[in-house]
Amino acid sequence: MNETLTPAATTEKSQHTRRMTLNMGPQHPSTHGVLRVLLELEGETVLKCTPDIGFLHTGIEKQCEALNWQQVITLTDRVDYLANLSNNLCYSLAVEKLLEMEIPPKAQWMRVLLCELTRINSHLVWLGTHALDIGAMTVFFLCFREREDILRLFEMFSGQRLMTSYIRVGGLALDPPRGWEKRVKTFMDTLPSRVDEYESLLNSNPIWLKRTKGVGRLPVEEMLEIGMTGPCIRAAGIPMDARKMMPYSSYDKFNFEVPTSTDNDVYARYAVRVAEIRESIKIVNQAMAGMPEGPVQASAPHVVLPEREKMKTQMESLIYHFKIVTEGFSVPAGEVFQVIESPRGELGYYVVSDGTAKPLRVHMRTPSFGNLQALPNLIEDRMLADAIAIMGSLDFVLGDCDR
Amino acid sequence: MLPENLKENAVAASLEQADSDLLLGGNTDHNELTLDVVPEKILGALQTLKGQRFERLSTVTVVDRYPMEPRFEVVYHLQSVSRNLYVRLKCRISGEKPEIDSATAVYAAANWYEREAWDLFGVVFKNHPNLTRIMMPDFWEGHPLRRDYPVHGYKYSYQSE
Repeated sequence: MNETLTPAATTEKSQHTRRMTLNMGPQHPSTHGVLRVLLELEGETVLKCTPDIGFLHTGIEKQCEALNWQQVITLTDRVDYLANLSNNLCYSLAVEKLLEMEIPPKAQWMRVLLCELTRINSHLVWLGTHALDIGAMTVFFLCFREREDILRLFEMFSGQRLMTSYIRVGGLALDPPRGWEKRVKTFMDTLPSRVDEYESLLNSNPIWLKRTKGVGRLPVEEMLEIGMTGPCIRAAGIPMDARKMMPYSSYDKFNFEVPTSTDNDVYARYAVRVAEIRESIKIVNQAMAGMPEGPVQASAPHVVLPEREKMKTQMESLIYHFKIVTEGFSVPAGEVFQVIESPRGELGYYVVSDGTAKPLRVHMRTPSFGNLQALPNLIEDRMLADAIAIMGSLDFVLGDCDR
Repeated sequence: MLPENLKENAVAASLEQADSDLLLGGNTDHNELTLDVVPEKILGALQTLKGQRFERLSTVTVVDRYPMEPRFEVVYHLQSVSRNLYVRLKCRISGEKPEIDSATAVYAAANWYEREAWDLFGVVFKNHPNLTRIMMPDFWEGHPLRRDYPVHGYKYSYQSE
């Protein structure tokens, strides 16, 4: 066993103080998964914090090397189980960059729409569970009510609530189902008032304010250096957002703001995320209004599976279908680091190809891993009760962290 | 030596200026700047780039080119938020004795990424403050992301069950 991770029988008694090692997790509800944190306490002050990760390590990067390019999509779903479509998109964009493939506008617009729905979904789960940690239980039920609607939308699009695999290399898996506009629109019309409802429960709640205001501050340079990204860094005043900085999938054609705050505490992270839900609603509405016509898959017969009808009537389509299904497609040798803004921060896929039908290496730079690394800096020398609020504010997903 | 096609590039030129033996080559394929750095001089390269407003280290990872030699590529992705730039540094090190200096002295973020790289590839990062396993259990033998490590592992065989 690793020395630093062994709970020591610490009863170093000085005059009045007694140090205690507290083992939090891996099955603690407020660690949002299986994170183990070793806390060394003096009274209620955390002196030392040692996160222990890896309980959810499933070797996804290794498995990627054994599958062909298109099959890897199903693994990217399982990386961050609250932002499946963002992971699908990031991987697809990376492979499409290697293939130098043009994606039709409708597919790009649909991708933006779905990724923003994913962001709303992820932020709702975060808000519900974070509020629950701090003691506001009603918010949890309300957030999960709306989240259920989003999952039903995902089910309508892809047949799956969570592991969607809807965004594929070359476009989308299927044409959007009939009547999707109406369903999305109905949901989008109700959501703003629902967000007001959450805010009315929290913004003037004295317990919430006491637990979150002024808690969890860290100098912004330190945050950048330790690798924090996403809403946490935006709540510290840096408008770092890949959607604006290096636009992908036509994000440059959408009109939206990047919410920031300079308070740099748990409350600011909450405020930024709620503002992001509102911006996402704006983006979804724009995507619905300006949805282009046309196909949702690129015209690349060696990559995209042919239509069922064509496959049964045309010889070439049958051959392409056979080749893609049996051996996959090969991708020119090269390497690409594709960055997108996932709900949790900077999501990067570093994809290396050696010109064969399977990836040589797929590395995921996941936002949870970077954010969690800052945990000791954030909670050392602070109260134990604040540790829960700070952990919640980082919004990590352990699947995303451990891969 | 700086290749011809990178003479115009400000980031590459500044590294060349700092130390003329630092770069081995590079390219800008897919509009992404990649620079091959002499492994012994990686700390110097990171220090120079940090001085040029590359505030954050996005990720450190390894690519295993087994059975080629030099076998491992240690890959660093740096981002400059203020200049809105990414740069990829790459060091090729041998499979015999995979060793490189730890970047933790320059970027604190390298800590967990290097632990992960050591855990999964067996690349040793010299002067790392706590180079222990992070993903695999402490008693694990071998480094699972190496290309010569079977996908299903060594311990189990489904046939024998």
